[in-house]
This record gives sequence, structure tokens and C-alpha cells, in this order.
Amino acid sequence: MSDATTPLTTADGKPLKAALAASMMRAKRRAFLLVAPLFLFVLVTFVVPIGQMLFQSVHNDGFSSTAPALKEWFSEHPLGTPYDESAYAALASDLKLMRENRTQGQAGTRINYDVAGTRSLFTSTARKINRMEAPWKEALLAENEDWADPNLWRAMRSASNPYTIDFYLAALDHTRDKDNNIVPVDEGRAIYGKLFLRTAILSIVITVLCMLLAFPIAHLLATLPLAKSNLLMIFVLLPFWTSLLVRTTSWMVLLQQQGVLNDVLVWLGILNNDGRLEMMYNKTGTIIAMTHILLPFMVLPLYSVMRTIPPSYVRAARSLGATSWTAFRKIYLPQTLPGIGAGALLVFILSVGYYITPALVGGADGQLISNMIAFHMQKSLNWSLAAALASLLLGGVIILYWLYDRLVGIDNMKLG
Amino acid sequence: MALPAYASPLERVWHYTYLVLCGLIFFFLIAPIVVIIPLSFNAQPYFTFTKEMLNFNPAGYSMRWYDLLLTFGMQEPQAERGWSWWMDAWQHATWIGVAKNSIIIGFFSTILATALGTLAALGLSRPEMPYRRAIMAVLISPMIVPIIITATGLFFFYSKVGLAHTFPGIIMAHATLGIPFVIITVTATLVGFDYSLSRAAANMGADPRTTFFKIIMPLILPGVVSGALFAFVTSFDEVVVVLFVGGYDQQTIPRQMWNGIREQISPAILAVATILVFFSIALLTTVELLRRRSERLRGLSPG
Repeated sequence: MSDATTPLTTADGKPLKAALAASMMRAKRRAFLLVAPLFLFVLVTFVVPIGQMLFQSVHNDGFSSTAPALKEWFSEHPLGTPYDESAYAALASDLKLMRENRTQGQAGTRINYDVAGTRSLFTSTARKINRMEAPWKEALLAENEDWADPNLWRAMRSASNPYTIDFYLAALDHTRDKDNNIVPVDEGRAIYGKLFLRTAILSIVITVLCMLLAFPIAHLLATLPLAKSNLLMIFVLLPFWTSLLVRTTSWMVLLQQQGVLNDVLVWLGILNNDGRLEMMYNKTGTIIAMTHILLPFMVLPLYSVMRTIPPSYVRAARSLGATSWTAFRKIYLPQTLPGIGAGALLVFILSVGYYITPALVGGADGQLISNMIAFHMQKSLNWSLAAALASLLLGGVIILYWLYDRLVGIDNMKLG
Repeated sequence: MALPAYASPLERVWHYTYLVLCGLIFFFLIAPIVVIIPLSFNAQPYFTFTKEMLNFNPAGYSMRWYDLLLTFGMQEPQAERGWSWWMDAWQHATWIGVAKNSIIIGFFSTILATALGTLAALGLSRPEMPYRRAIMAVLISPMIVPIIITATGLFFFYSKVGLAHTFPGIIMAHATLGIPFVIITVTATLVGFDYSLSRAAANMGADPRTTFFKIIMPLILPGVVSGALFAFVTSFDEVVVVLFVGGYDQQTIPRQMWNGIREQISPAILAVATILVFFSIALLTTVELLRRRSERLRGLSPG
């Protein structure tokens, strides 16, 4: 048989293997072209902005672009060189330049992130710089002796390079001493570590509460006949579809000291009128409202897993002599684990990044890390620090997301 | 879940306790949403039920907060309620203005998200799609990444390219946030899609475009529409991006609610909230009907 040695061909004479490869390639290309527009769109409106944010967290040219002479001096003289007249002359020429371009505020702000209270040093000295004369060291120190502070010079040296990891250090409650060693900040000023910890703890508490509340109702929904469970499902889906701000508002109304919940408790005689509970503007408010808001995200995955568990397994366990508790623990619970895992991860991921609800009902000690990011973006205007905090949060969320994809698979995410 | 005949007394007690427990949890879920509806008709500026309200005395109820919604920001709210009064409300009332913005932004971002998302879902649900998992992970990530991070990134990016304080900027951002929902719902509809139908159409001489519009589109339409509704709700409910990159002209309903809650919370917020609750009931009903229709079309069991 000669056919066995000659390769198979298609009708138009191409080798079958090549034709198949070409056709597969075409199918691949077609599938890819369908996805490409969206992929590009998401790249521009999502991936690039986040890249920009990461860049902002390690790049700040507020000082380096306004102080060229000092930048040059620092690059020629390594750390440890005494700050002599030439250094002060560079400083004076930069201050003149700043006054001319009105950038002393910008430069001072950048140094102020590192050494508190130095912004006014720049603005006040720049105002008077044109009236001063050489020798610069004496003149500047006579104007304000803070200029001799080695820590200030260390900060200016570090800021003369626009690329820095100092904002990450600040976000992790660390700073540099005058010899450029990384040291932890004073106990009283270490706030971010505590905030990250609080965010993690509150998220765990909320996740556990959601688990405890979601399990019974998901089980009930999964075991009732469809007609009834669809009706009860409205109780889960309506909150899911209701605006976040509406739900937060209603919790504010319920939890106020003169609000409905306190009124009911007083009316029932559980509380007396002077002992009204403070349930809002603290951690309790954040926990209650967020548990309510995130509960559907726990119920839905749990429900879809429980639906697939055949009731005959538990019945078989019972008929073999297991008590109802043993049957539940050994047979039913292990089968729900994928649902519990999926729901818990989703709720945890969503709660670590929550902003709106803690901002409105959290008060001072119910704030999460997102609120601190917003604070630095909108109030203190330390954008690089905000970006560094956001990048750390993003890193944590990406690890959790990767875990979710591994354990659950994003294809299995279901809505409603 | 019926109690089996062989249940012991202890199990019976537990069973009823369990039902009560479930009832309480359902109550916890729904009560906060229901309670604001009567409160929005409060005649007093309080957030709790007054004595008159509890006695169902009509004097305890009023429409004053709904009226305030209309008149707030108007030039001449005291004028006689005729044609010119309504024109004034339409043009100047704050809440009507922000509602218009919300609808414009929601409409265009939904169109954008649905068109791009549906195309992508068609590609992603093909088995031959290269790097399927990685691309899917990127496309779903706007739903997972905390909104504050997205908003921070957008703020830096938009300030550079001049999209800050513009409608296109917010529309694009909201479309990105809605895309994951469209992809999830449309790929879910495409699971179990019978591709022999499109091959049959091609076999009978239909070009790919005809096949798409006549065969594929009608079958996946329920999924597309519910994805679009999700995208719309996402945009309609979004406040952080608007807070960060929106200007004075791009205030939306949630943004205005945010202002109202932060500055001075009044029962007028509850009136808005009540309207939004009815809006979400309507959406939920639509999505549920669509889901049933989709399952019927695909020959799955109804339910």
C-alpha cells in the first residue's frame, strides 16, 4: 500500500496536518479578535491607570525638578560629606530659582512629607532670599538655624532623586534617620500598621458573621421546593440589587441613638432611655452594615453548591445509624466546603477594600485602609503616600484573587 | 425541608428553632430596606416613627420630603404650580439634574460595556481561545480590585490625559466597572450553547453576520440584557469614581446622596432611597423574568 507512506492531503492537495493547523490558527485568531477590542479598552481604562498609580508610589519629582543645583551637589558629594559653603550656595541658588518660579511651596511640601514642619522653612526663607548675601552658610543659618539640621539635609538628598521607596517605608510605619538607616517611626506616629491590622481583623469578623448567617438560609433555600425557594430568594436578591448608599443610609437611620433600633429596645424595656446604645460611628456600625451588605455574596455561592448535594447521602448516613448531628458534620458539611470557601474569599476580598460604608457609619475607629487612601488623596494631598498604601492593598487583593481563581475558578462566579 | 417521620423530639425542637433562626436572618436582610419606605413619609424631620405614625394618624404622614426633592435648587419654588413651575423644576432642581446625569452616564456606559463585553464573551467561550484564563482574569479584575484603587489610578491617569471632569472620562470608567458583569452573565448563557446551530446556519448559506444576528443573538439575548442591567446598576450606584474624577457638572444621584448624608442628613435622603428601592424591585423582576426566559429558550428546566 503506497497510501501509508504518502501523507494524507485535503481535496485541494495541501497536507492534512498543515491544513488543520491553518484552520486552528484561523479559529484562534477569530476568537482573539473578538476579545481584542475589550481587552484594549480595559488596558486603557484600567490597567494603565493602575500602572500610573504604581509609578506615582515610587516617583515624586516635587523637589528634584525644582532644586537642580542641590541635585547636582548631592550627586557629586556622597553621603557623609560635611555640608560646607558650597552646599549652602547650591541651596541659596535653588531658593532663588524657587522664588522666581514660585515653586518653594511644592519643594517644601515634598520635604515636609519626610521631615514634618519644614514646608514653612522653605516658604519663609525663599521670601527673603533676594535680600541675603554670601557667605550663604552664615546668612541662611542666621535666617533660620533649622537649616543646619542633618536630617533635613538627608531628606533633601533623598528627595533630589525622583525615584524613591520612601513612601512605601512611610506606609509601613518606617522612616530614615539622619544617617539614612531605615528605622521604625515613633510609637505614637505608627498608624498604618495598626490600620492594616484593623482592616484585616474587621474583614475576618465580617466574613465569619456572613458565614454564620448565610449557612442556615442557604441550606433552607437549597432544600425547599423550587417554587418556595424562588420566593424566599427575593429576600436575598433584593438587598443585592438595592443601591449601596440606600442600604448604608437605612443602617444610619436604624442605628442612630434616636433611631428605630434604639427606640425598639427602649420600648421593649431592654434598655432604659438614658442607656441608649452607641451603635454608629464606631466599629459596631461598620460591622453590622457591612455584614448586611456583603451577606448576599456569601449566600449565592453557598446556595449554588448546596443545590447540587443529593439529600440521599444524609439519609443513607442516618439509615446506617448516624445521629443527625454526625450525619451533618461528617456527610453534609464537607460537601459544602467549596461553597463556603468561594463565599468567604469573595466576602473577604470585597471587605478589605470597602470605602463607602466605613466612611459613612464608621466614625473614627471604624475606618479601614481605603478611608486612609481617600484621606491622603483628598485632604492631605500626599498622593505618593496614597498610591503606596493603595499599592500595598492591591498586592494583598491580587494574592487573594489568585487564590480565588485557583480554588474556585473565576469562570464559576455566578450572579443571582 | 420536611421533617422526617422518624425524627426524635429533640430533632423536632431543633427543626423549629432552625426555622425561626432562618426567619430572623431573612428579617435582618429585608427589614433595613423596608423600614425606610414609611419613614420617608414622616411629617417630622426625624428618623424614627413618631407617635402619630404608629397610630396611623394621617397627620403623622406627609409628602413634604418628596416635595423638597423637587423644589430643592429651583429658582422659584414658591410660584404657582403650572407649566412654568415644572419647567423650572426640570431645568434647575438639583435632584432632577443629577438624575439626568446618572441616566446619561448609565446609558452610554451600559452600551459600551454591553457591546464590548458581549463580543469578548463570544470569543472567551470558544475552546480555541488562547490564554483564556489569564485574559479572563484581567477582564474580571475591575470587579475585584477595590474601587478606591481604581479611582486613585484613574485620577492620576485622567489628570494627565485631560479626561478628568468630563463625561467621556466617567462613562469609560463606569463601562470598565460594568464589563465583568456582562462577561459573567453572557458566558453563563453561552455555556451549553449548541454550536451546531450556527454551523447549520452556515451550512445553509448564511454569512457570519447573518448567523450572529439571526441565530446566536436571539438565543443569548436574555443573558445580554441581564448583563446590561447589571452594568447599568453598577454605573447608577457608583460614587467613588465620580467623587475622584467627576467635576461639578457630572454630579450623579449617588454622589448627591453622599453629599446629603455627609453634610446634613434629612428625610429627603430617605425619599430618594425609597424611589431607588422601587427602582431596584423593578430591575430584579426584569432580571428574574429574563433568566426564566433564557432557561426556557435553552431547554433547561424552568426555575
